[in-house]
Amino acid sequence: MATKAIVGEKVGMTQVFDSENRAVPVTVLRVSPVRVVQVKTKDKEGYDALQITYGVKAASKLSKPEAGHFKTHNVDPGKKLIELRLDDISAYEVGQEIDAGLIAKGEKVDVTAVSKGKGFAGGMKRHNFKGQGAAHGNHKKHRAPGSIGACATPARVFKGTRMAGHMGHVQVTTLNLEVVESDPEKQLILLKGAIPGPRGAVVTIRQSIKGGVAQ
Amino acid sequence: MNPTDLVDNAILRDDVPLFRPGDTIKVHVRVVEGNRERIQVFQGAVIRRQGSGARETFTVRKISFGVGVERTFPVHSPIISKIETVTEGDVRRAKLYYLRDRIGKAAKIKERRTTRVS
Repeated sequence: MATKAIVGEKVGMTQVFDSENRAVPVTVLRVSPVRVVQVKTKDKEGYDALQITYGVKAASKLSKPEAGHFKTHNVDPGKKLIELRLDDISAYEVGQEIDAGLIAKGEKVDVTAVSKGKGFAGGMKRHNFKGQGAAHGNHKKHRAPGSIGACATPARVFKGTRMAGHMGHVQVTTLNLEVVESDPEKQLILLKGAIPGPRGAVVTIRQSIKGGVAQ
Repeated sequence: MNPTDLVDNAILRDDVPLFRPGDTIKVHVRVVEGNRERIQVFQGAVIRRQGSGARETFTVRKISFGVGVERTFPVHSPIISKIETVTEGDVRRAKLYYLRDRIGKAAKIKERRTTRVS
C-alpha cells in the first residue's frame, strides 16, 4: 500500500520545457484540495483507509443518505466519495484538507483511472491479431481472427480463447510516472507521460509502489 | 481555448516575430558547451510550420557545403534567443517539400514585393 495518495482530474496533455530546455510530454492533472470525510481504522472497519471528497455538490443534488453522511462528519458535501487505502492514517483527521503539495516535484507516482471505452472491438484492435491478407482472393475476411481451435477433438472452443469483445473502460494503473511539477496554488500536478482515461476522468495518484527514486 | 491553457500560457513566448513558409530567417540558437553559452545562427528558408499553441514547430532548410540541412525548432523553445526575418518569400504552398528535390537556381524562392501588414 501507499504511504500517501490523492485524487485529481485529468485535464489533458501538453508539453513543457525542462531545465535543459528539452521538451517534456506531460499530463496535466487538476488536484483541488480534498477533504477527509472519514478515517477508517483497523479496529473499527477492519482496514486502514481515508474516505475523502473534493469539489462542491449542490444540496439539491445530494441523496438523503449522502447528505446524512456528510452531516454526521460535519464536512461540506463534495462531488464524490473516494476511499484511499493507506499504510498509516494516524496523521489524518476528519475535516482535514489535503492539496497538491502532498506530492512533490521529482517524486515517482502511480496513477489509477478507468481507461477510455472502445466498445465492442475486434481481434485486431483488442488483442493485436494480424488479420488476414488484403488480396490473394480474400473475400470479406480481412480483419477476421482466423481459426479458434481444432475440429472433432476437442469439439469445442477452449475457455479464454482471445476473441472480439468489449474493450476498454476498465481500471488501469500506470506505474512510475515522474512528477514534473506540483503547484498547490494553481491546483495542478504535471506528470511525465500519458495516463489512462479521457479528459475529465477522476484519477488516483499514489506514491510509487515500486519505489522509483527521484533522480 | 484549450483545457491545458493554464500550463501552456506560461510557456508561450511573446517575442516571436511573424514569419511564414517561404521566408528566409535567421534563428539565433543558444548552444551550451560545458558551462559556456554561445549563440549560433542557423539561416535558411522556412519550409513548414506545424501544430499550434505551445507545441507549434517550424522547420528551416539550408544548403551547407552542398548538403541540404533541415532543422526543426519548437516555436516557443527557450533555446531560441532571437528570430530575424531576412527576406519574405512569395510561395503558393504551406509546406515547401518540393525544395528538397531542387538544387541551385531552381530552389530559389521568389521574393515578396509588398510587405504584409503585421
